[in-house]
Formats: sequence, C-alpha cells, structure tokens
Amino acid sequence: MITLTHKNKMAALLCGIAFLNLSLFALGGEMKNADSTKQNRIEIKDFAFNPQSITVKSGEKVTWINRDEEPHTIVSVEKQFKKSTALDTDQEFTITVGAPGTYTYFCSVHPKMTGTIVVVK
Amino acid sequence: MSDYISHDHEHDGIDRRGFLHCMAWAGTGLLWTISGGVLASRTLAQIAKAGDSLPTATDLSFLQISDSHIGFSKDANKDVTETFKIALDRINAMPTPPAFLIHTGDLTQLSKPEEFDTFDEVLKSCRTKDIFYVPGEHDVLNDNGKLYRERYLKSVEAKGSGWYSFNKNGVHFIGLVNVLNLQAGGLGQLGDEQLEWLEEDVKGLGADTPIVVFAHIPLWAVYPQWGWGTSDSERALGYLKRFGSLTVLNGHIHQVLQKVEGNVTFHTAMSTAFPQPAPGTAPSPGPMKVPAEKLRSMLGLTSVQYKQGKTALAVVDSNLS
Repeated sequence: MITLTHKNKMAALLCGIAFLNLSLFALGGEMKNADSTKQNRIEIKDFAFNPQSITVKSGEKVTWINRDEEPHTIVSVEKQFKKSTALDTDQEFTITVGAPGTYTYFCSVHPKMTGTIVVVK
Repeated sequence: MSDYISHDHEHDGIDRRGFLHCMAWAGTGLLWTISGGVLASRTLAQIAKAGDSLPTATDLSFLQISDSHIGFSKDANKDVTETFKIALDRINAMPTPPAFLIHTGDLTQLSKPEEFDTFDEVLKSCRTKDIFYVPGEHDVLNDNGKLYRERYLKSVEAKGSGWYSFNKNGVHFIGLVNVLNLQAGGLGQLGDEQLEWLEEDVKGLGADTPIVVFAHIPLWAVYPQWGWGTSDSERALGYLKRFGSLTVLNGHIHQVLQKVEGNVTFHTAMSTAFPQPAPGTAPSPGPMKVPAEKLRSMLGLTSVQYKQGKTALAVVDSNLS
C-alpha cells in the first residue's frame, strides 16, 4: 500500500488539477474546432453555395468545399478577400475573415452563384 | 417547368413544346435545317461509310465543334479525349473536307497547360488545319485567358480579350468572347469595349453580306436561371439586325437548341465530351450521366453550309453514334 505524505498529497492534487485543466482545455479546443467546422463550412453543390448566408466572428476561418463535377471559384465582389483558384471536385478553399461587415461573393465561372458572409465582432 | 424563354420579345411562337420537338429531332442525330439552304438528310457517319459526299453545290462548308473539356474524367464520360478523337475521325472521313473548323470553346476542363497540350496533340490528327476558336469559361479559369490567347489566336487579328472577325467566300465571320469579367448574379457578358468594336466592325458591310457570329455562351436567353444567356447580347444583335442573313453559333449547353427570328438563326451545338440536361429538367446544369451505349448519340458536331444567293445557311447536326 502506498502512503502519501502531506507533501506527496499536495503534489498529487496539483497534478490532478493540472491534468483536469489540460483535459478541459483540450476538450474546449476540440469543441471549438468541431463547432467551427460545423458552422463555417460552405458546401458547393448543384451550382449553389450552402448555406448561402453564414454568420461568423471576425478572425474565424471559413472553408468552402466543391461537391460538384464542375469547377467553381470564390470571388469577393468588393475584393474583401483574395479570390480562389478554380476548385475541382472535392477541393477546398479557406479564408480567415477580417473586419466585421457583410462580404458578398460569387463564382466567377457561374456568376448566378452568389453567397454572403456576415462577419460580427 | 414553366416557360424558359423569359424574353420572347419577338412573339415568334417558339415555345417550350416547340423546343422539345426540335430536341427530339436533334436526339436522333439526323437532319437539322434552317429555312432555305441546302439540306443533307444523312448523318456524317453515314456519309463516310457510304463513301458519298455532302451536297456539292455549296460555296462554303465548315464545321463547328464545341466543348471538348479535355481533362474531364468523371462518370458522365471517363474518356473525353477518345470521344474528341472520334469527332475528328468523322471530320477526316468526309470525302469533301470542310473549309475550316470553328471551336466554340471549353477546349479544356480546367485551363491546365497539360490539358491544352493534350488537346493540341489530338488535333494533329485532323486533316482540316484551319481552325478558329473562341474561349469557354473553362479555358480562362485562373489567368483570364492568357494561355488560351497565346495558343489559339495566332492566325487572326484578335482585339481586346480575344475577339476578331474574318471573311470567307463573301461571308463575314465574327468570333466573340463572352466568358470574361462576369459580374455577380449575371450571365455571359460581352462588355462595352467589345460591343463598340463590333459596331465599328460591321459598319462598312452591305446589308446583303451574310454574317456568322460565334461565341461560347448562347447569345440568346436559353435559360437564364442556369446562366444560359448573355446579358448584353441584345445590344450586339442590334448592330446586326440590318443584315439579311445572320447565323449565331454557340456551345456551352452541350445540346442542340435552335431559335429562328426572322433573318436570325440561333443555334447551339452538342459537346464532344458529355451531355447536359435540357433546361430546367435537373437540379443543376452539371454533366449528365447517361447509359454508356447512349453517350455517343448525345455527342456530336455541326456542319454549316452557305450557298450564294440563299439568305439562310444550312445547319446540320450529327451525333457520334
């Protein structure tokens, strides 16, 4: 049987707290990632952006993925972010959004395709 | 499924039913005829097999090919290079070769140099060497058409982003670019600079000069909901309406559609790569997968003949079956 001295007890407690914190931190990080993936991901399917409008926080990332057999591009109407090259099937494009505001974008190959990113603080 | 001609200003009575009827004709790979002109009642394949020739009493005969999409390899056609070769074989097998070819764009799928290389390599087998191009949106994806212009405009005096005109046998041909600088929410676009050039280009021509205009995206409102139209095409057609014979040849929609308005004939060609759905019949205009045995019947090329004295040109579509 292992008997903990007071000093050892304190060390074990600190270790436990540290481990718990680390776990919580990691969990928080994962949740944030999962959350961000879920919310800030735009699928291109059937010549449309889905969701067509998305609200994100300034500094967050937004990712598009092309699920069509047709190439598409992502181009900001007001040049608020750098345009993508043509995305082939299953290719992705990610930006980090800047200042709060409304970012309207479209596919320069199929300009009927438009979408909006609303960036909040 | 409602009307898909949103701007039928001419009230010419050509409705959806009429188009479907036309498309049924096209689907058989048989004859396509404009009023007047010389008719051919056989497909190019039949002509080649029989060793026969196209009608000879024509002053000019040329071919339109379109939408090769070299580099595409999805289910709708895993070997677009092969079907492009077959189209060229059909042209080579014609006893009376066409005077020249017109390619109405989308040579490649993704504008990649290696796709253009493959296209050029396959094209070496074509006996007809005189070829005129206009770009499709797939040819100008990442460089606004720089590579396309370097390669495919050597034999013409191109202006701006690549538009030009030339004369053959008294017919005035105009190649237009409507796939660049497209605006959010819009359609194909010609732009002010090109339109001003067009007005000037035809100013000195007599009204009896037959005009052939070719561009990638249709210059008429085929189905704007899918982007199948050109926003400022009416202005272009305004400069051309005084001519007694105007033929407008387009690609982009991978199927034969035709509309006749007085002296103007609008015509779209099949692709050599894959079919696309009829307007409004699918969730999107993406590549359409059909049974393998049916694919070649939905790919093809277009023969155009001009005979002096006739106001209209004969346009005949042939599939690759």
